[in-house]
Amino acid sequence: MSAPTTIVRPPSAPGPLRWLRKNLFSTWYNALLTVLALALIYFVGKGVIRWAFFEANWDPVRYSLKLFAVGQYPPEQIWRIGLILVLASFLFGLSARVWGGTIRNFALALAVALGALALLPADLSPLGPTGRLWLAAAPLLAVGGYLLGFTPVGKGRWALLGWLLSFVLMIVLLNGVGGISWLPRIDTSLWGGLLLTFLLAMVGIVGCFPFGVLLALGRRSSLPVVRLFCIAFIETVRGVPLVTILFMFSIILPLFLPEEIRVDRVVRAMLGMTFFASAYMAENVRGGLQAIPRGQFEAAKALGLNGFQTTALIVLPQALRLVIPAIVGQFIALFMDTTLAYIVGLTELLTVGKIVLQSNTEWLFLDMEVFLFVAAVFWLFTYSMSYASRRLERALGVGSR
Amino acid sequence: MSENSQPSSDEIIICRDVHKWFDDYHVLRGVTLTVRRQEVVVICGPSGSGKSTFIRTINRLEEHQRGQIIVDGIELTHDIRNIEAIRSEVGMVFQQFNLFPHLTVLQNITLAPIWVRKWPKSKAEEIALQLLERVGIPEQAHKYPAQLSGGQQQRVAIARALAMQPKIMLFDEPTSALDPEMIKEVLDVMRELAHSGMTMIVVTHEMGFAREVANRIAFFDEGNIVEINTPQEFFAHPKEERTRLFLSQILTH
Repeated sequence: MSAPTTIVRPPSAPGPLRWLRKNLFSTWYNALLTVLALALIYFVGKGVIRWAFFEANWDPVRYSLKLFAVGQYPPEQIWRIGLILVLASFLFGLSARVWGGTIRNFALALAVALGALALLPADLSPLGPTGRLWLAAAPLLAVGGYLLGFTPVGKGRWALLGWLLSFVLMIVLLNGVGGISWLPRIDTSLWGGLLLTFLLAMVGIVGCFPFGVLLALGRRSSLPVVRLFCIAFIETVRGVPLVTILFMFSIILPLFLPEEIRVDRVVRAMLGMTFFASAYMAENVRGGLQAIPRGQFEAAKALGLNGFQTTALIVLPQALRLVIPAIVGQFIALFMDTTLAYIVGLTELLTVGKIVLQSNTEWLFLDMEVFLFVAAVFWLFTYSMSYASRRLERALGVGSR
Repeated sequence: MSENSQPSSDEIIICRDVHKWFDDYHVLRGVTLTVRRQEVVVICGPSGSGKSTFIRTINRLEEHQRGQIIVDGIELTHDIRNIEAIRSEVGMVFQQFNLFPHLTVLQNITLAPIWVRKWPKSKAEEIALQLLERVGIPEQAHKYPAQLSGGQQQRVAIARALAMQPKIMLFDEPTSALDPEMIKEVLDVMRELAHSGMTMIVVTHEMGFAREVANRIAFFDEGNIVEINTPQEFFAHPKEERTRLFLSQILTH
């Protein structure tokens, strides 16, 4: 016997030609399908590009960017939204340095997008004299935030504190404070467009999460009253269309409340969305709770953990991780469901599209361009959400069984 | 407490006439067993005989419906404070390990000391690392359970139970889910634990371990202890026909 020789793995045949052969032309019918598909892609692609760049009239989009972005929000007060954008960019920059990973990708995308908007050769004059400046400042501040991340401030808890404080500040900025002349209250009937869509979705998403978790836990409670209440709530709400719930909150709710209590109609829509989403959230979370093996509860009990600790430390972290895809799917649906707010008279993004079409007689038949633009904006946000979810799953999958 | 429940301080577990039903099925039929401090009792018997159910009644993972169980002077009743007090004195190791998959090995071990014992994190981690050293896997502290072999996971589970500094350890078939080459490493840890003076009740089919480590062996069948004796007597002169039959099956395969 000779000395043991190391046997080298044969090199896997490289080369694009081989790849083509293996994946596209392996059999005669695959080759045929490949050719047909290429032809189809060519003709459709050519048509789309020719239409988009030479035939389509993007004027309604170009001249209405302000409407799409913020609706009827007074132009002289747009600086508030600019300030919010700049603040968010700054915090994104800081977070990118602190947490890295997916957040860095988002920060980069945001900075690039806002920078590109600032350079866009469209008419941004409705955004007020400073509109373009705010947009241009955003990426710069993102870089500033990133650099600040290298100093001792670059810690997770400071970034988190910054976000929490800025959320409060953003709401105050948007809404204004009665009695301050330079920060007048702005009626919510003037809020619209992407701003309103975004707000409705955010409040729905953030609000439905705790309620959904509580309802899911309540549905498994050993106390019959709690369990019955949760089942009744979940099954009732899931049996009713969102439109009905929005109507209920915006028209019927004020009738039941005493005269002195007037709930703003945007807030009413937000409450309705949260109410509706909580029930679906509860069912998603329940799916995760059911997947936790009994042994986990027994091990926690045997160690002397009480019921609350078992739920908070052992059960929920595992259950929620299991249902991230379902939860994000629900958030995406919720984001698109915000369009239904038009039914209670809110001018969210899609409604702005319709208003824009009717605002100019020359634009009446340009619905293709306008709705494609609206669809693209929705796609951008929902795709970001599903991208974040995939990254989150991978990041949290470390300890999975 | 009733008049005759005043135990001698040496008797740490007292079970008197313990009965349990799963619906109509009578699983435990009047089990009576007393375990002294530092004693190791091995329980064996055919599957379905109720041996696992019995040790699970000792920390109230299963509720008994008749009879009396007194652990370290505290009687197990519906009083949740008694149950939690006993659970933090009684460690348990399961057949399926039941580690928490979303936590690292170190977090698995320090969780209960931090949240139940209210120890500062530094103290809990120090003790956890000592325990990992003791069960022979100090280098795995920052891995997740799924990254360990079955034998290593079970040793982590033992360390997790020991971190609460229990007075009693219950083992519910700790090696039954392991590949043969990993059984020894877990039994070695249990052997060392027994020699260190821990009170242990072990449900197992490892007769070599029982012969070597146990003070007494109890044979369980049809919901009750059929025979209980020292290892020498138990293996050499089993009194009951059922014990003999069981031993002949388990020792000659």
